[in-house]
Amino acid sequence: MRPAAYISQSLEIAVALAAAPLFLGWVNQCRAWLANRSAPSVLLPYRNIRKLFHKDAVLAENASALFRIAPYVVFGTMVVAAGIIPSLSGRLPLVAAADAIALVGLFGTARVFLSLAAMDVGTAFGTLGARREMMVGFLAEPALLMVIFVASLISATTALPAISAHLAGARLVIDPSLAFTAVAFTLVLLAENARIPVDNPATHLELTMIHEAMLLEYSARHLALMEWAAALRLFNYACIGFALFVPWGIAAGNVGPLGLTLAIPILALKLAVAGAGLALIETLSAKLRIMRAPEFLATAFLFAVLGLLVHVLLGGP
Amino acid sequence: MIGLSFLLGIPAAGAIALAFCGARRGAPEINAAFSFGTFVAACAVTLRVIGHGPQLLWSGQFFIDAFNVFLVALTAFVGLTTSLFSRPYMRVEVAHGRLTPGRLRLYHSMYQLFMLTMLSALTTNNMGLLWVAMEGATLSTVLLVTLYRTPQSLEAGWKYFILCGVGIAQALFGTILLYFAAEKVLGAQGVAALEWTRLNAVKSQLEPTVLALAFVFLLVGYGTKVGLAPLHSWLPDAHAEGPTPISAVLSGLLLNVALYAVVRCKVLVEGSLHSALPSRMLMGFGLLSVVLAALLLFRQRDIKRLFAYSSIEHMGLATFAFGLSGPVATFAALLHMTVHSLTKSSIFFTVGHAAQKAGSQLMDDIRGLITISPTIGWGLMLGALAILGLPPFGVFASEFLILTTAMRQQPWSIPILLLALGIAFAAIFGRVQSMVFGETQARRLPHAPALLPVFAHLAIVLVLGLYIPPYLAEWYRAAAHLIGGP
Amino acid sequence: MTPLPLNQQLLNACAALLLLLSFAMLSQRRIVSLVNLFAVQGAVIAATTLLVAWRTGETHLYFSAALTLALKVAFLPWLLHRLIRRLEVRWDTEPLLDISGTMLAGIVIVVFAFGLAEPITHLASTSMRNAIGIAVAVVLLAFLMMITRRKAMSQVIGFLSMENGLFFGAMSATYGMPMIVELGVALDVLVAVLVLGVFFFQIREQFDSLDLHHLERLGERR
Repeated sequence: MRPAAYISQSLEIAVALAAAPLFLGWVNQCRAWLANRSAPSVLLPYRNIRKLFHKDAVLAENASALFRIAPYVVFGTMVVAAGIIPSLSGRLPLVAAADAIALVGLFGTARVFLSLAAMDVGTAFGTLGARREMMVGFLAEPALLMVIFVASLISATTALPAISAHLAGARLVIDPSLAFTAVAFTLVLLAENARIPVDNPATHLELTMIHEAMLLEYSARHLALMEWAAALRLFNYACIGFALFVPWGIAAGNVGPLGLTLAIPILALKLAVAGAGLALIETLSAKLRIMRAPEFLATAFLFAVLGLLVHVLLGGP
Repeated sequence: MIGLSFLLGIPAAGAIALAFCGARRGAPEINAAFSFGTFVAACAVTLRVIGHGPQLLWSGQFFIDAFNVFLVALTAFVGLTTSLFSRPYMRVEVAHGRLTPGRLRLYHSMYQLFMLTMLSALTTNNMGLLWVAMEGATLSTVLLVTLYRTPQSLEAGWKYFILCGVGIAQALFGTILLYFAAEKVLGAQGVAALEWTRLNAVKSQLEPTVLALAFVFLLVGYGTKVGLAPLHSWLPDAHAEGPTPISAVLSGLLLNVALYAVVRCKVLVEGSLHSALPSRMLMGFGLLSVVLAALLLFRQRDIKRLFAYSSIEHMGLATFAFGLSGPVATFAALLHMTVHSLTKSSIFFTVGHAAQKAGSQLMDDIRGLITISPTIGWGLMLGALAILGLPPFGVFASEFLILTTAMRQQPWSIPILLLALGIAFAAIFGRVQSMVFGETQARRLPHAPALLPVFAHLAIVLVLGLYIPPYLAEWYRAAAHLIGGP
Repeated sequence: MTPLPLNQQLLNACAALLLLLSFAMLSQRRIVSLVNLFAVQGAVIAATTLLVAWRTGETHLYFSAALTLALKVAFLPWLLHRLIRRLEVRWDTEPLLDISGTMLAGIVIVVFAFGLAEPITHLASTSMRNAIGIAVAVVLLAFLMMITRRKAMSQVIGFLSMENGLFFGAMSATYGMPMIVELGVALDVLVAVLVLGVFFFQIREQFDSLDLHHLERLGERR
């Protein structure tokens, strides 16, 4: 019994580590197709990471220990986060240690380290990126929390696997509060993963960049970890979305190896669809001026709060 | 009953007829003739109610009792005298080029429509239709306020429309809540569940929490139209910028009808709540209006604005008196509504003539009315003395009654009221005195203006101050009993 | 939580949609889009009325759905679009507060509205009683919109949207007002918009613009 749980836990983390760059590659490929460009290989992120690991790291002269530790911390938090999000199976021993609210905390920790490291070297770009990241974060985090609150209210628990199991078990109903939170969650996902209406992951244009600005001083293995962590973050967010809004197909607690193996293709299918959808949103929307980003996130927050209010009001008997 | 069909049918026919011929030479006379017909019908209805008691008409859709019949008579009477006053007044306005024939047609047609909405608001038994008629009254007058198309009048009209529109929307919500509470008791009867007489019969069973909430919305909604502070700001603008006959009917009639709606609601809510909440709210809003209006009176330079603020003050006083509840206070409030309506419209008549002669509504430009025309001068002076509550006039009687009742029931309010009345006295009397007796270079008018309506109104107010005929007293008493309880 | 019947789910979805539309109107800068949003709001209300009519079998609700459809979805938006074309007021509206601030105020208002509707919700026996709070919220949000807007056209749309909210409130609390009252209210709304149309032309003739800051001169100074 217990070994099975540990197996599913390790499998989950392994799948996350392996599939995250692939998912990123898939999104990029879809974007290229939609923009009528010849698409890069899906495996490009892997090659990129491998290449970076083989290089020698260059550190700025005044970089402190924090600057060197940060990539490991950020990567580590993302791995732990991947461990508590039910992407394949609902039976995760790590969940006992951290629930959905702690998950938001993990993302917050990663953000803090990322920003501190960006400011550590003291270049203008790093500080600029960190500042913008914090601006996005202080609005995105409450919105994400609201989304999780709504889901927790509906299922009366804060543990993600339980939420997801509850939602999967409920009959298919039109629930406006879940619809609102789904919209809110999508907006938060776009903002938090430096996707297009808020940030553009493909450019190094100083006026607009947020996430890339923070990584400018990193090189080699540090950069590789950071990029991998970014891919993991996108993967994690996608999996949170699946757990909350399309929870079907995640193996429940007592399903054996067969259930787990069945869950992998389902996850792949969901990821493929989500990646294509994400690419579509990015292609269709225009990059917002950075000053309008708070407005964008306020909308996300509004949707989440509306979801909460509607649930409180209409959810009653 | 045939009287009621005439009462509502004549202004309706008038509105349609004048929409076609309102710009003809004889249109003001036609307007006056229709108003006279309405007045005769109102008298018939009144006699009927005096003779036979409350009437429930047209399968319960209309209801006339002692309370609204006196307002019907008053409305029809002031409507008649105002139409008589507007006859020469509007001719002069056209001659001065301030109005085109098209706008005159609009004015005449809307005047009759306004009378129709007022009379239907008074006579309907259905709280929903009461709302519809009140909104109709706003809509029919909003284009009259902007009749001169000056920037100021457009601003006044816009403010009037938006503020009263928002206010009346609150009243609609209150009406919905009332219907909601009524449906619980009366069952799903459709339109019958909004009939005031039925609601009144079961008022003690209506759900108190819902009715309390409904009353807040109804008071805010209809109170906006009464001109109760702090939602009064449309009132001075609309009075100052519209043509004078409209100022007279807004002040003399619309405010009364809105207060009538508030009081009808109060009767229901009080019956359900068994607490003093509605009375307290009326007293609070009334007192606030009296004080605020009195303080703002000093700052006015426009003569029509001055008397518009005085209207707010007096409506506040009447609201306060309704809030005191009890038959004596209610009697005083009804009397106050009557005398205020008569006095204030007569003041607006003289003010209209005075401003027309001076070519300005600024009080600094109006001087020496007594030299220009003794009738206008004395009319304004007597009207001002009457509205300020000097003894032989009826306003004195009603204010005296209100103050003595307040002394007994709410002694704390006496200093506030006396102070406010004193301030109002100082503000208005000083201004009127300099306007009437001040130095002027203007020539004496060749002929005296026709101010028969003014003196007719003032004479009635004087009579009401000295002696209230027994049948009238009986009538007030019945109404007071109806509203204020035994 | 027992699953609700489909009809109820649809009603809830409509109510939630109305709330969302109110916020969309609050944050919408363009007048033309505002008119369209108003039309959508009317359509959602008409759909809700139809659903309720079908569910309860109250025939007068079919009429009131038809009335809503004719007046608030077809005629009034058509009239407003026509006015916009004739008056050439297609430029943007600017809210007084910044949008995020208005939204936050809106959220506070919604919470307040839910609190206000609580006692009524407890007493109501209709199947849509949960939507009463949303109706109150729609009314108050329209009120907020009227306060924050400076353009005459958007204030009017706020006014109409307030009336929509009241209509929805009447329906969720009592399955609608009596037919005669609803007709009267619809007539008043219609006349109000016509009067306002005339009014717009007068304002424009006088000021060459529909911006209401021209209408702030009348104060206590005169």
